[in-house]
Amino acid sequence: MRDIELKMIERAKALLESGEVARVVGWKKGEFYFDPMPAVFETVEELNDFVYNSFCGANLSKYLIKVSKNPGKTAIFLKPCDSFSLNQLFKEHRVIRENIYVIAIECQGKLSVEKMKKLGVSAITEVNENGEEIVVSSLYGETKFSRDEVLLGKCETCKSKVHQVKDEEIILREMQAGKKDRFEDVEKLEAMSEEERFTFWREQLSKCIRCNACRNVCPACSCMKCVFDNPASGIAAKANDDKFEEQLFHIIRAFHVAGRCTDCGECSRVCPQGIPLHLLNRKFIKDIDGLYGEYQAGETAEGKTPLTSYNEEDGEPSDVFKGEEK
Amino acid sequence: MQEVTEKKEFTPNIVAFCCNWCSYAGADLAGSSRLTYPANVKIIRVPCSCRVNPTFVLKAFQQGADGVILCGCHPGDCHYVTGNYYTRRRMALLFSFLNYMGIEKERTRVEWVSAAEGAKFSEVMNDFVKTVTALGENKRLTDLRVKEGK
Repeated sequence: MRDIELKMIERAKALLESGEVARVVGWKKGEFYFDPMPAVFETVEELNDFVYNSFCGANLSKYLIKVSKNPGKTAIFLKPCDSFSLNQLFKEHRVIRENIYVIAIECQGKLSVEKMKKLGVSAITEVNENGEEIVVSSLYGETKFSRDEVLLGKCETCKSKVHQVKDEEIILREMQAGKKDRFEDVEKLEAMSEEERFTFWREQLSKCIRCNACRNVCPACSCMKCVFDNPASGIAAKANDDKFEEQLFHIIRAFHVAGRCTDCGECSRVCPQGIPLHLLNRKFIKDIDGLYGEYQAGETAEGKTPLTSYNEEDGEPSDVFKGEEK
Repeated sequence: MQEVTEKKEFTPNIVAFCCNWCSYAGADLAGSSRLTYPANVKIIRVPCSCRVNPTFVLKAFQQGADGVILCGCHPGDCHYVTGNYYTRRRMALLFSFLNYMGIEKERTRVEWVSAAEGAKFSEVMNDFVKTVTALGENKRLTDLRVKEGK
């Protein structure tokens, strides 16, 4: 991991020094080793804080909406999954392709500090990846994990290791897509009865504290004026009046990103309450794939999304439930 | 003494979004043809079935509807040529999603009713009200405060 990081810093330095780009979007050191955060670097000196380690799970694409409006080109480091999101932003004209310089970087799947904590390792000071073996150093000594044990939830079902958009790449080792089928959990829910599903979601969603982290991190959720910031929408922007609101909030949010969600999994990663929000978005993806043909948002920067197009031969809304009658 | 418990029959609140060009006229025809449909169907006229934002459907449920039905022109006959094709996709996904969240699938429906189909309109509404009545009150997707006073 360290070798890639050095190469990235070197490249960022060169780009900034030559004046080819005005800024670089990457990750900088957080308070601890395990909490690097997205950052914009405008000078070579600032790059001293640049990091790229096993905890750089954050999707940087969304930051470009704001940052790339400033004069000059913006360079960005993108993992394969993030490149889908950026493509989708190009498609929606939220970011202009000409203003962006994309550096594709290697990603072997990012790690979850939460999972490590659950397995009893805290105060992490360094992580070394040797293929499938993860060596975690902490203040209390060294622990070894297998990669599958501590992989971020969203990386378990990694959909692709192919960058959808790039100008150059820093990839030293071969990358492997996820081992788990991403619709497995959706199917499990579908197999339940209505009652069970309702109980499941009520249980999950009632944990929601409406911190809006899922909305704020989502690259698809980038309307200039969000419906939830409208006091007349009936769904308060912050705390809930009643339990039904979490349900409505999440239904509306999922619908708003339907057909545009690239399944980057950031919503579930940032949720402080651990709600499996990606399962909502994946249901839409699964339905769209099944009803209107396979579609992966962010695969191209051209064309229409499933909900902004139609086919005269489309099935009726009632057809959705056919075949599952008991 | 015999205890008399009065059992009030449940009458559902139904919201019907009807497009101005076909279904609303269809409802009109049902009326002028003296065909009946239950009085608890509240019709909301919209310019096109495509005008129905998914939030409208949710809002209706939130405010105490027990069932929501969308009526529009038959696909291919839309006054705005393509509106109902979008409705069809949108509502298919929304209804499937609501069901995924545990909302009974019988509470939501889309029907195509033309201006000449007064009989179909009345038939559809009667059938929908019957289905929702059998299901009972909507408790899963509603603001319970709305119903407390009832």
